[in-house]
Amino acid sequence: MAYRWGMAVDLDKCTGCEACVTACHAENNIPTVGSQQAARGRAMHWIRVERYYEGNFPDVRVKFRPVLCQQCDNAPCEAVCPTYAAHQNEDGLNAQVYNRCIGTRYCANACTYNVRFFNFFNPEWVKPLNLQLNPDVSIREVGVMEKCTFCVQRIKAAKTTAKAENRGVVDGALQPACAQACPTTALIFGDLNDPNSRVARLARSPRGSKLLEDLGAEPKITYLDKQSWHEPDTY
Amino acid sequence: MDRTTSKPIADDLIRPLFQTSIWFYAIMLASGTVVACGFAAWGYQIWNGIGVSGKRWPTFWALYLTNFVFWIGISHAGTLISAILRLVNAGWRRPVTRCAEVITVFALSIGALFPIIHLGRPWLAFWLFPYPSDRDIWPNFRSPLAWDFFAINTYLTGSLLFLLLPMIPDFALVRDRSTGLRRRIYGTLALGWRGTSKEWNRLESAMQIMAIAILPVAVSVHTIVSFDFSMANVPMWHSTIFGPYFVAGAIFSGIAALILAMAALRKALHLEKYLLPLHFDNLGKLLLLMSILWGYFVFAERLTVWYGNEPHEMAVFWATQRGAYAPFYWTMVICNFVIPLGLLANPYTRNITGCVIASCGVVVGMWLERFLIVVPSLTHKQLPYSWGTYEPTPVELTIMAATFAGMILLYTLFAKFVPIISIWELKAGLPSRLDPATLSEERLLSTRLDTEEFGPELSMPRGKQ
Repeated sequence: MAYRWGMAVDLDKCTGCEACVTACHAENNIPTVGSQQAARGRAMHWIRVERYYEGNFPDVRVKFRPVLCQQCDNAPCEAVCPTYAAHQNEDGLNAQVYNRCIGTRYCANACTYNVRFFNFFNPEWVKPLNLQLNPDVSIREVGVMEKCTFCVQRIKAAKTTAKAENRGVVDGALQPACAQACPTTALIFGDLNDPNSRVARLARSPRGSKLLEDLGAEPKITYLDKQSWHEPDTY
Repeated sequence: MDRTTSKPIADDLIRPLFQTSIWFYAIMLASGTVVACGFAAWGYQIWNGIGVSGKRWPTFWALYLTNFVFWIGISHAGTLISAILRLVNAGWRRPVTRCAEVITVFALSIGALFPIIHLGRPWLAFWLFPYPSDRDIWPNFRSPLAWDFFAINTYLTGSLLFLLLPMIPDFALVRDRSTGLRRRIYGTLALGWRGTSKEWNRLESAMQIMAIAILPVAVSVHTIVSFDFSMANVPMWHSTIFGPYFVAGAIFSGIAALILAMAALRKALHLEKYLLPLHFDNLGKLLLLMSILWGYFVFAERLTVWYGNEPHEMAVFWATQRGAYAPFYWTMVICNFVIPLGLLANPYTRNITGCVIASCGVVVGMWLERFLIVVPSLTHKQLPYSWGTYEPTPVELTIMAATFAGMILLYTLFAKFVPIISIWELKAGLPSRLDPATLSEERLLSTRLDTEEFGPELSMPRGKQ
């Protein structure tokens, strides 16, 4: 049976610590661009923690929302790529083939979540960061787009092992780096095609909603949030 | 009769090919330097990466795409306008068509460069060609960029043919009047033209076919350019009005570019007898019409967004209307609407100077319009957290300046080596060549090139060349 990888993000658990961001950088060989380039908007974070402020001072509440590629079923980034660098793979992931990318950056414009990042320069790692590069993940050269892959290298490895042992991937045994690093387990990853997986159950939760759901991209990430109609007073 | 009337025309219009003024070299040097700087800047960008431009997250498209749309828009000067004027058989078109068609070919070539300049890996641009590659993969025909590729190539081929066809008799004329190497080059270009009636018939019908064929191509090419934007679900891009809005804007900026080119040619090549105030008056009326049409489109677009009051779109709307981009927006409105309307609606200011001032305004305004379409939407996409900014860098500005200089360079070179006014078409419009019925109409409308105006020239010695 085909897999359909998805994620649930429990916003009530997220503390905004950004451990997921760091873990993602380490796992996926995402270059750090330095403060100067970061200030110019060249920083690459496949996952980011968006901060939204509610209320007026002194009664301010900060809301955190980790945003990563929503792995849309109906992804706007895929149709616009003239070279099929962005495409839907057999597991329902929005895959990005770096070697096909010619850098039109159209996918990044079409993506309503702004979760695609461009290699404006060839990547560099400040020593000794170059020694911790992950050998399972390719380095992207200048001029190509990159984005969250749901740690496709881990998915491949888990699927290969499972196939060798003639079984399916066990729910919970496979985690992308961000979910693994999350101290409050706010990020839950799994197979949406397995109705009993944790992520599939959470996706059906009444607390769940999708980001910019009305735009019709059919994202595979469910955000879980205390809904205002449950306890209006505490909000 | 025929010979006496048409000879001064040919002499006048061929003169630039045989005499070179110091200004030609000055223009070559100045524009050539800027173009060289542009190529150097492009090389620097390819070497270092697209990061040397001001593009950033989330403004992934900016100045290059602005210039792409702008130049493709300018390219509608020629072919479209000249095709319409040919089809309605407007007598006054005769001295205008070629200057217009050249703008198309050059502006299109320049415009088509920008998507390549803007690529992250421009050395792989040929992957947009559908060729049987060892990668076993075709271009994605669902992508508007692939549509663009085909639309622009079709239009470029078509407009090149449209330009070259009526040049054949003029090449033959130059061939017959020159010697040596020049004679051989123009002889090759003239494709053995002898001027038999069969050849004339074929040329006329070929021009008719091309004029009809080029119209839908010209409309489709800018519609498809607009699809690059309107197909993406980005606030204020995703709009059904974009196709016609872009086409109208393209014709608008095209006419302005044509007026500027004609005014420059008139001064530089002393074509006062051929490019008459009447032509500027007529083109000024066209520009006025397009200005009003453009104003209508902007009004319709803005009102619909404002009335619909959709939060994502309103962010872009207010950013352009009274936010950071407001100075550009209101300059655009003044340049594209207020100035042309003020100058061109009044017959007293619709003279050559008035038309040139209005056209300068329109070129600036239409460039700003393209910028305001590309950038503010990208900096204000749906998630407010990902809002951003944009700031051009010297590299981008150099490349942009180089394309303007490149246009001047190419246009000057063309006017140096090809008669910029179609001599045979002008001759064909002479009163002596027309039957009486058309004659009276042509007299009223046309270039007013009749024997009286050429009185002094008749006695001019011929052997200037």
